[in-house]
Parts: sequence; C-alpha cells; structure tokens
Amino acid sequence: MGILEVRDVNKSFGGLKALNKVELDVEEGSVHAIIGPNGAGKSTFLNCLVGLLIPDSGSVNFNGNSLLGIKPHEINQAGVSRVFQTPEIFSDLSLLDNVVIPTLASRDGAFKLNGWKRADQDSEIIVRAEHMLEDVGLIDKRNMHAGSLSRGDKRRLELAMCLVQNPKLLLLDEPTAGMSRADTNNTIDLLKRIGERGITKVIIEHDMHVVFSLADKVSVMAQGTVIAEGSPEGIKGDPRVQEAYLGGAHL
Amino acid sequence: MDAFVLQVLNGLDKGGSYALIALGLTLIFGTLGVVNFAHGALFMLGAFCAVTLKKILTISKQVKDESITFFDAFKEVPYLELWFGETGTAIIDYAVPLSILLAIPVMLLIGLAMERGLIRFFYKRTHAEQILVTFGLAIVLQEIVKAFFGANPVPMPPPELLTGSADIGAAIGLGDSVIYPWWRLTYLLFAGIIIAAVFSFLQFTTFGMVVRAGMQDRETVGLLGINIERRFTIVFGIAAVVSGLAGVMYTPIVPPDYHLGMDFLVLSFVVVVVGGMGSLGGAVTAGFLLGILQSFASMNEVKEILPGIDQIIIFLVAVVILLVRPRGLMGRKGVMES
Amino acid sequence: MITATPRKDLLLMGIFTLAVLTMPIWLAPIGASYPDLLQRFAIFGIFAIGFNILFGLTGYLSFGHAAFLGVGSYTAVWSFKLLSMSVVPAVIFGVITSGLFAVVIGYISLRRSGIYFSILTLAFAQMSYNLAYSVLTPITNGETGLQLSLNDPRALDSLVGVTPTSGIPPTNFFGIEMSGYSGFYFCAILMIIGFYISMRIFRSPFGMMLRAVKSNSNRMSYTGLNMRPYTLTAFVISGMYAGLAGSLMAVTDPLAGAERMQWTASGEVVLMTILGGVGTLIGPVIGAGVIKYFENIFSAINENVLHGIFDFLPEILQDGAVAVLSLFVGEGWHLTLGMLFMLIVVFLPGGMVEGFTRIYSRIRNKNNKNNGEAGSVGSAEVQPGE
Repeated sequence: MGILEVRDVNKSFGGLKALNKVELDVEEGSVHAIIGPNGAGKSTFLNCLVGLLIPDSGSVNFNGNSLLGIKPHEINQAGVSRVFQTPEIFSDLSLLDNVVIPTLASRDGAFKLNGWKRADQDSEIIVRAEHMLEDVGLIDKRNMHAGSLSRGDKRRLELAMCLVQNPKLLLLDEPTAGMSRADTNNTIDLLKRIGERGITKVIIEHDMHVVFSLADKVSVMAQGTVIAEGSPEGIKGDPRVQEAYLGGAHL
Repeated sequence: MDAFVLQVLNGLDKGGSYALIALGLTLIFGTLGVVNFAHGALFMLGAFCAVTLKKILTISKQVKDESITFFDAFKEVPYLELWFGETGTAIIDYAVPLSILLAIPVMLLIGLAMERGLIRFFYKRTHAEQILVTFGLAIVLQEIVKAFFGANPVPMPPPELLTGSADIGAAIGLGDSVIYPWWRLTYLLFAGIIIAAVFSFLQFTTFGMVVRAGMQDRETVGLLGINIERRFTIVFGIAAVVSGLAGVMYTPIVPPDYHLGMDFLVLSFVVVVVGGMGSLGGAVTAGFLLGILQSFASMNEVKEILPGIDQIIIFLVAVVILLVRPRGLMGRKGVMES
Repeated sequence: MITATPRKDLLLMGIFTLAVLTMPIWLAPIGASYPDLLQRFAIFGIFAIGFNILFGLTGYLSFGHAAFLGVGSYTAVWSFKLLSMSVVPAVIFGVITSGLFAVVIGYISLRRSGIYFSILTLAFAQMSYNLAYSVLTPITNGETGLQLSLNDPRALDSLVGVTPTSGIPPTNFFGIEMSGYSGFYFCAILMIIGFYISMRIFRSPFGMMLRAVKSNSNRMSYTGLNMRPYTLTAFVISGMYAGLAGSLMAVTDPLAGAERMQWTASGEVVLMTILGGVGTLIGPVIGAGVIKYFENIFSAINENVLHGIFDFLPEILQDGAVAVLSLFVGEGWHLTLGMLFMLIVVFLPGGMVEGFTRIYSRIRNKNNKNNGEAGSVGSAEVQPGE
C-alpha cells in the first residue's frame, strides 16, 4: 500500500478542467517524479495535496487518512512538508530562527502558548536547528537575515525548514528551477543525501537530468491527467509520452 | 408608503455624498493600489474651498449705518454689494454653487501635488505604510485648516432660492408629509451628474479606457509602452476633484469643521469595502444603499425595536460583508482576498 | 546584529527600572517632572507597549485599540462607584473586561488580514464610540462622561465601615492616595511589569511565532502552525494592556468619557509606536514619552512666549517668525506631530530607535576609520625611515 493514494481527483476553474481524474500511488520511501508540459496541472495538483486548493471530487489519502477538507497546518502536522517554486521563507528573520520555527512546530504542535520561556535557551531545539543548517551548508550564515540570501541559498534554507520536521512526505515543486548547473548538481546531491533518511518525496520537475538522477518512478501529466507511469527508463521510451510531452522529439 | 418614500429620499442625498467620496477612494485604490487615509481630508478641503470663497466674496467695508441717526453707528457691507448692488448680493447668495468653479482647479492642484510629492513614493511600500503616511498627511491637512479657519463649524447657507422644501408628495400623488429640502434635491442631482461624468469619462475616452485597462492589469498596460504613471497622476487629481466637489456641495447640509474629513473617512472606507475594493460601480451602489439603509435605521419604529441601530447599522453591514463576502457587492474575485 | 542574551536583558531591565523610577529627578531640568505629566508618560507607555505586541510583532495594524482603553476606563470608574475606591479591583476588572472585549472583537476581526483587518477594527471602534454616546448612556453617561458622586454605593468600602466624611473620597492603594507622585509610582511600577512581560514575550517561542506571522503567514501554515490562536492571543494581550492604561487613567483622574474611544485616539497610539520604533522593545515607551512631553511643551507655548523668544529680532522679522511658528505650537501642536510622523514614516520607518542605531553605528565606523587613518599615517611616517 502506498503512503499517498490519490483517486479520481477533479478540479475545474470556471469552464477550464485543470485536473481530470488524476490517479497517483506513491510508494513509501520512494522518489516519485511528476513531469509534464506547462499547463499540464502539476502545480494545481500539488496545491490540492497541501490544502491550498480543494478538489471538486475524488480522494487524497495519506497513510490511510484523508487530506481533503483539513487545513494546511493540519496537513503539515500529519507529516507532509512542501518546498515551493518560489521559496517561502521568513525573510525578516535570521536563518537560525527560520529553522527554529519549524522545529518548534514539529515538537510543540500547531499552537502552544509558551510566552514565558526563552527561545534561545531551548538547547534541544537550537541543537536540532543548527544541525540541520550544517547539513545544508548554511551554518556560517546562521545570523544573517534570510531575505539577503541568494536564490539558491533560499531554496536550501527552505529545504532545511522542511527537513528539520522529519516529514513522512516531502513535496518539491521544481526545486532546481532557475538554478545554474553547479547549483542544480549540489541540490541533487543534497536530495540524494536526505534520501537516505527514508523520506518519501514527490518532485515536480522540468529538468530531465534531475528527474533521471533522482526518481524511482515517474508519472507523466498532460492536460490535467496522468497519461503514463513507470520507471524512468520505461518512460523514456514510451511513445505516448513523447507525443504529448515532447511533441515527438526524442529524449 | 409615504413614510417609505420619505426615508428613501432622506437616504438618497446622504447616499450621494457617500457614493461620491467612495468613488474617488476606490478609483485611487483600483488604479494606484494605494490605500489613501487622507481621502476624507480632500472632502474637507473641498468644503473649505466653499468657506474660503464665501469669505472672499464677503470682504467688507465699514460704512456708516444711515438708519441709526441718534449716534454714529457702523455696519459691515461687502464690497460686492457696494460696487454691484443687487447683483453683488445675488453673487454672495450663490457662494456655495459658485465655489465649484474655485474648487475644481484648487482640488486638482492639491491632488496632483499630493500624488507627485508623496503618494508616488509609496506605490511599492506595504498597505500598512501607505495607511500610516496618508494618516499623517490627513492630520497635517486638518490642522492647517484648523489654524486658518478655527475649530468651530462654519455655517454655510444654501442660496435663498433653494432654502425651502420641495413638496414632492403632492407632485407624485402621495401625501403632503413627503417633503424634501430643495438643497438636498440639488445635491442628489449634482451627485448624479458627477457620477455620470466620471463614468462616461472612463467609458468613452481613450484616456479612460487606458485607466480601466490599468485597473485590470497594470503590468500589461505598462508593457504596451503606455506611460501609465502620468495617467495615474491625473486619475489622482480627478479623484481629488470629485471628493472636493462632494465636500463643497455638502456644506449647506452639515456646517464644515476641520474634523469633517476624519468623520467621513471611516464612512467612505466602509462604503468602499461594502461595494468591493476597486469597484467603481460597487462604490456608487453601496453608497446609495448604505445611505438609504441608515435613514431607515433612524426611523423611530425601527429604533424602538433595536435601540442604537441607527448608530451602528453601516458598520455592522460592513463587518458582515467583510466576513461573508470579502470582495464586497461587486468587487472582482481575488482583490485583497485572503 | 545585537543578539539578546539573558544577561543583557537583565541589564536592560535594570536600567529601564532605574530610569523609570528616577524620572522625577532626571526629568526635572527639562520641566517634565511634575506628577500629572509623569503619570501620562507611564499610562501611555503601557498603552504603546501593549499595542506594539500586536502591531510590532504580528504586523496587524489595529485602529480600534482606543475602544479597549475606553472600556478599561469605564470599568474602573464603575468599580469605584459600586465597589470601592481602592484601585486594586478597579485595575483588575478594567483589564479583565477589556480582555473579554478584545476576545470578541479580535475573534471577528482576525478572520481577515491586511487593510481589511484595519477597517474591521476601525468599524468596531466607531461602533463602540457611537453606542457609548447614544444608547449606552445609562452605562457611559453620554457626553457628560461617567463621574463619581457622593451617593455612590461603594459596597466594599461601606462593608468595612469606611464612609466618606466630606466629599468624594480619593482613589487609593491600601490607603495611599493615588494622586501626585504616589499615583505616578503606581503607574510606573505597572509599566515596568508590563515592560518585563513584553520582554518575555519578545524572547519567547510565542513571540517568535508572532514574528513569523508578520514575515510570512503562508509559510507559517505550511510549517504546521495555526496562525489564528497566535494572533488572537497577541490581540487580547494588547487589548488588556490598553484596558490597564484606561483603568489607570481613571485611577489618576476618576472620570471616563466616550472621546477616549474614538478611532483617532487609536491613531495616537499608532503614532507613538511608529515614532519610537515599531517592533522594538523600548521604542514604544520612548515614543509615548516624547509625544506626551512635546505635547505638553508645545501646547503651552503661545504667541507671547514666542515674542519673548524672538525679542532680539527687529519687529517685522519678529512678527513674521511668530506668525509662522505659532502655527506649530499651542493649538497647532498636532500639526507638528503630523509632520513629524510623516517624516518618520518616509525617512525613518524604524523610528527613533533606528535613528539611534544609525547614529551609533556611524560614530563607531568613524572611530574605526579614524583609528585606521591614524594607523596608515603612522606607517606612512615610518616608511621614509625604512
């Protein structure tokens, strides 16, 4: 049984059918890539998973529990973290605080009224957060404002913020978009390293290099629906995929 | 039926003033994306254009009062009367409507100066900062007015011809109780004309077309190589004129004081919110609706059931609208929704 | 970036306490040491500290906090009338009642953010103000304002056998009259406690979450944090600070009027917080102090005083200077305030605290530079010899 099971999810905006009977099974501990041309509905689909959008019909089950109709923070507390296409970080806060906040959230839950303790004396949290920053190579910048980071560093910080929570499922929306080749390779290495922790990952990606170096399984979306699914090798040769996604050209 | 018509009529002129001031506010928000807390101050400045003109027209000379013979008495006679006699008196009598001529260039200048001097630096800042700086400006403007005109309300009578009441009831076949002050009727007519003018300007001119396009999608219009900034400056000027004129004509209804702007500011925001941020039609509709609603809430029959409802009805409507339909009556989806 | 440590905070707390308690001494040279003004410093300091917990940390700009101030005042006066002239129940009930109001208004208003939140709080403030003037007259005594009278029941006082011998008895704290300096010290100690609580909140995980709300509310939800209870708690805490300030107003001067609830009165606390430095610990207190001090000084200046100041000028210049400056003083004090406020928002969004920091770092840089130059000059002198 998969950790994430999506059945018959539909979503329309006005007359436009953005998602059409989407089905997806993600194996626990695997890296599952979703590829497809622009406008195929990949981001819409991801938004439906984290509670940003509510599907018109269908079911999304995570570890056997439905994710539909519950709030974004509840979805996160259930063990789903998300990296956005444009990094969503706390720009006005220091890098350390950026990681401390999710650490606190995973330990103390969605709300805790602890207005009397000092955050900087909570050694358990600080150690965990610093360890995480070290993991992504940002420990030297721990006291900098997150807003002053480069784009690549912001992505790494966001990744750290998600990973420090030890999510069961990590959703990544084009984690290397707009990155240089070197940065992309760094990110791939980082993702491979965290792969060893057994976190299930769903990646939306345009860069085939990234997809083929990471993914165990690939789903191809086009026009709001999954048209093919299989191993990276199998997908490469699938004529339907080439037709829909590449307009006939070879990978 | 009579009472109903009467309340609708009572609400209309108040609604007209709400609609006018909200129209300017939402025009500024829709085009420039600026939350203007100094908008009430523009209404107030308009009102004081009328006060100023009246003062200028009645600059007087002390002359000997001939009617008192047993000692030397003096009275103040305006130069206008000394020079032009009856005509002069008539001009002074029409000070309020004549102020429109003064208010248009003055408010336009104030609007342009405000936009170029301050507002444009805040296009990219947060709404909170826009609120703060325009709130500061509103304080400055009202204090300047207070320094020159004092803190007390200045009575501004309408022209004598329009002081009485229109017997509307008899005219449309209802009871005699349905009467309506001529000046309020004038105000309503005036508000209608201004609203129509603004809408046809936006609808039928190229300038208006660009502005409307800018309200929909500012970036694209900018990409077309149209200098949207300059047009937006003019829009701000127009909004200032509209609010100023609303203020001018309102003076006979409520004697203006320096605090008028702050009082109207909250109301106009409420109207804009109910109509939908950035929606011109919504602002006008909501203005009239809320005006009428308020006049119904002021009826004794209503107040007996719900005491104090007349004091809060408008705000209550705004709160409910914000909670259940944040885009307001006619706002576009997604504008400021969160 | 200065990082706060427990030791530094203790030091700050010590300096703050000392500075506040010795205010009657060190403010004497600038003519601000009389009790009435000192009391206002402390009361508005409390108001601003509380407001900053909401606006400074979460970024939610409320224009309705004057309503809580008013509620605190009315409650305190009613406590004087019905229960006792002791300030203890007055302050406690003032804080509790305004806290309850804040729960209701906050619960509704916080369903929206940004300017919609501001407009909702504005609407609530205006409703409270209008109602206080009209149908709530039995509670608020309308335009006259709520006052004490000799015939008030004062149940607790008469229970212990205290009956006024002549006139309305003064408000007191276990027998100490709450006027003059004792009144100031009562308010001052509450402000110090309020400051301490605010410092704890600033340093706590809870405070960190409030900053997260301001910085990026989206990320906050996707981090598994429920924003609503955090903002509501901050709103209620700041409402209770406002209620405390309001009840202290009644303690030092036992009457309450609806004008305290008007939205422009909320604007005043916004001015204080911004002027001093929004989001900083000490900024709001400085802002409140500066505004109340200059309000006092500037309002007292009239044309005669100005003529006195410019006596040395020839008469025409003197009249000119007086005519211009008199716009800004006396009744025109708010004009000065409005302009100052605009300048701060435009040029110094971090308020006076940011100004101090900038000056401080500039001086430090200059010193470094001077040292560096001295060094290079020294080496230049050495070089020829080498």
